[in-house]
Amino acid sequence: MEQILVNGAYLGAQYALIALGLTLIFALMNVLNFAHGQMYVLGGFVTYTIYGQLGMPYALALLVTAVSLAVVGAVVERFLFRPVIRRSQRDESTMLLAAGLGFFLDAVILLLFGEKQRGVPKLIDGVFNWDFRVIMPHDRILIGCLAVGCIVLFILFMHFSKTGRALRALAQDRDAAQLMGVDVDRYSMTGFALGAMLAGIVGGLLVTITGVNLGMGGPTSTKAFMMVMIGGAGVIPGAIVGGVILGFMESILLSALASYGDVTYLLIFVSLMIFLAIRPNGLMGKPWG
Amino acid sequence: MRKLLVKTAGIAAISMAMACQTATANEALKIGFVGVTSGPAAAWGTSNVRSMQTRADWLNEQGGVTIGDTTYDIEIITFDDQKDPKRAIAGMEKMAQEGIHYVVGPNVDDGAAAVRPVAEKNDIIYFPYAFPKSLYTPPASNAVLGMIANYQSGPAIYTYLKENKGVKTVAFVAANESDPLSQRDGGVAAAEALGLKVVSSNITYQVDTTDFTPVITPAIKKRPDLLVLSGVAPANAPQLIRSARELGYQGIISTETAQDAQVLQEGAGNLANGFISVGGASTPEIASDTMREFVKRYTEKFGEYNDESNTKVYALEYIIETLKANPNALTNVEEFKKTIETFEVPNPYMKGDASLKYVGTTSFTQKRQLMVPLVVNVYQDGKFETLFIAEVD
Repeated sequence: MEQILVNGAYLGAQYALIALGLTLIFALMNVLNFAHGQMYVLGGFVTYTIYGQLGMPYALALLVTAVSLAVVGAVVERFLFRPVIRRSQRDESTMLLAAGLGFFLDAVILLLFGEKQRGVPKLIDGVFNWDFRVIMPHDRILIGCLAVGCIVLFILFMHFSKTGRALRALAQDRDAAQLMGVDVDRYSMTGFALGAMLAGIVGGLLVTITGVNLGMGGPTSTKAFMMVMIGGAGVIPGAIVGGVILGFMESILLSALASYGDVTYLLIFVSLMIFLAIRPNGLMGKPWG
Repeated sequence: MRKLLVKTAGIAAISMAMACQTATANEALKIGFVGVTSGPAAAWGTSNVRSMQTRADWLNEQGGVTIGDTTYDIEIITFDDQKDPKRAIAGMEKMAQEGIHYVVGPNVDDGAAAVRPVAEKNDIIYFPYAFPKSLYTPPASNAVLGMIANYQSGPAIYTYLKENKGVKTVAFVAANESDPLSQRDGGVAAAEALGLKVVSSNITYQVDTTDFTPVITPAIKKRPDLLVLSGVAPANAPQLIRSARELGYQGIISTETAQDAQVLQEGAGNLANGFISVGGASTPEIASDTMREFVKRYTEKFGEYNDESNTKVYALEYIIETLKANPNALTNVEEFKKTIETFEVPNPYMKGDASLKYVGTTSFTQKRQLMVPLVVNVYQDGKFETLFIAEVD
């Protein structure tokens, strides 16, 4: 049981970090970013290239990944989403744009990094073994802690920085924020860049554990959407709670139902449908605040 | 007048250039590929495509291939089915529209089964790397298995491990997809037939799983002597191995699918040492100069080599050599089927007097399998080493 709980906590931390970026973008711009998974994959490949291929320090690789994805996010917002949101009368336009962006990024990743599974050397060797009741490789513990650290930093940033307060105001009420002097365009771009950066960071963290390949983008987006729906779309703490819940559900059900074949995700999807029928806004309801 | 002269000179120059081109370029013989070249199983199809392209370039560089009275340049037409049966059908239809009669692929069971009606309707002989017996057993006749099937390699591997490594118990883990599940079922049957105790065979995982530790924990708790990763995709193998080893598993891990040494090295490093898989159909002991030259050209062209291409190089060779043996088969696949029965030519990729010939009578009651050696590898420090070599029909 201890092993299952530790697995759940580790999965929950990484899932929560994946979901944060997605829900931030949704909260700020009402955009369902279907390309979130591809941004995660791109982040993984950037880290792979710098750390795995060029042999540079991992911290530097993670920093470059964060900056690269932030730039990608800013460019995407400035030149794709902003004009479409401004001109389009329909919400579906941004959904289609996001889906198209996902396919585009898939093609770019294929051209730049190829189709094969890639991985990088382990960050640290060694395994924590508590009498075979809890076994956890040291690198997983490190990545889990880094993920939790990133989540805490993000929450502090959103609560105590001027940019964070502006982003929260934007998420609460776009028009009111604008009337209060918030530069909507600037902070929308900042928020999108931050969301993409979070996706890139989690890709850069997890490439050291799970590796990365082109096909990971779609399933990652799907899981991220599930977490956001559980917690409540556009609600930052909701994304964290959704991620942790999904992580624990996966860990517990995979173990408890191992002898029944692959029914874990079937049960998770059924539970999600029932849950949404009862609480359509997720656990934490309406957007931010 | 001056303009007229310039125009006339231009037209003459273009005509001469076209005439020269016509004189040097051969007619194209299109050979198709429909298979997976993206996603977790990309390495399977990519090794097909790259093998075909490398061999085609090499043959074209030598002046082409003479079949009957005509010399052809080989042109490889590729289609990525993304491991999706619907796309595989679309790919095979594209091949039919291009007038192609010989197609390599698909790489997986459901894709190979899905394209069967299209291939049979459009007179296409296809060479799947998929194992359903119904594709190769009468009344089916258009598919030719391009490799050793798991129900042929599995018993050979288990017998070896039972006799040489003292394996008594075995656990199976498979992705929740038709290929891995059918391979798992075949593996369980083979293991039980050999007297091995199957301690776990129900554990499956989503193909898009990224963290395998929770998946594999229940299997490790059973502490089997042998952990079989049935039909595991190259992208998933290093993660499963890594999770199993990190959880303290010390037994043998094996699979009946081909793997990529570089992917294992990057994904699992030394934790993958001792991992047993079916390898490409060549080893340093049996490789001929032609095989070594092929590996060299492939590596120069693509920057890396995949051991599985030792198997994948064969399909194009068989197609070309069979067409050479009976040029009527260029447009008539029934002639190809007739030629299969008696076809036998020297194997350029193996030392000694090995030959290229169609086999499969034991498994399929007709010759619908390429004769390639069964090479079982063990991964060690970044590369595969030969564990044993066998021959199957």
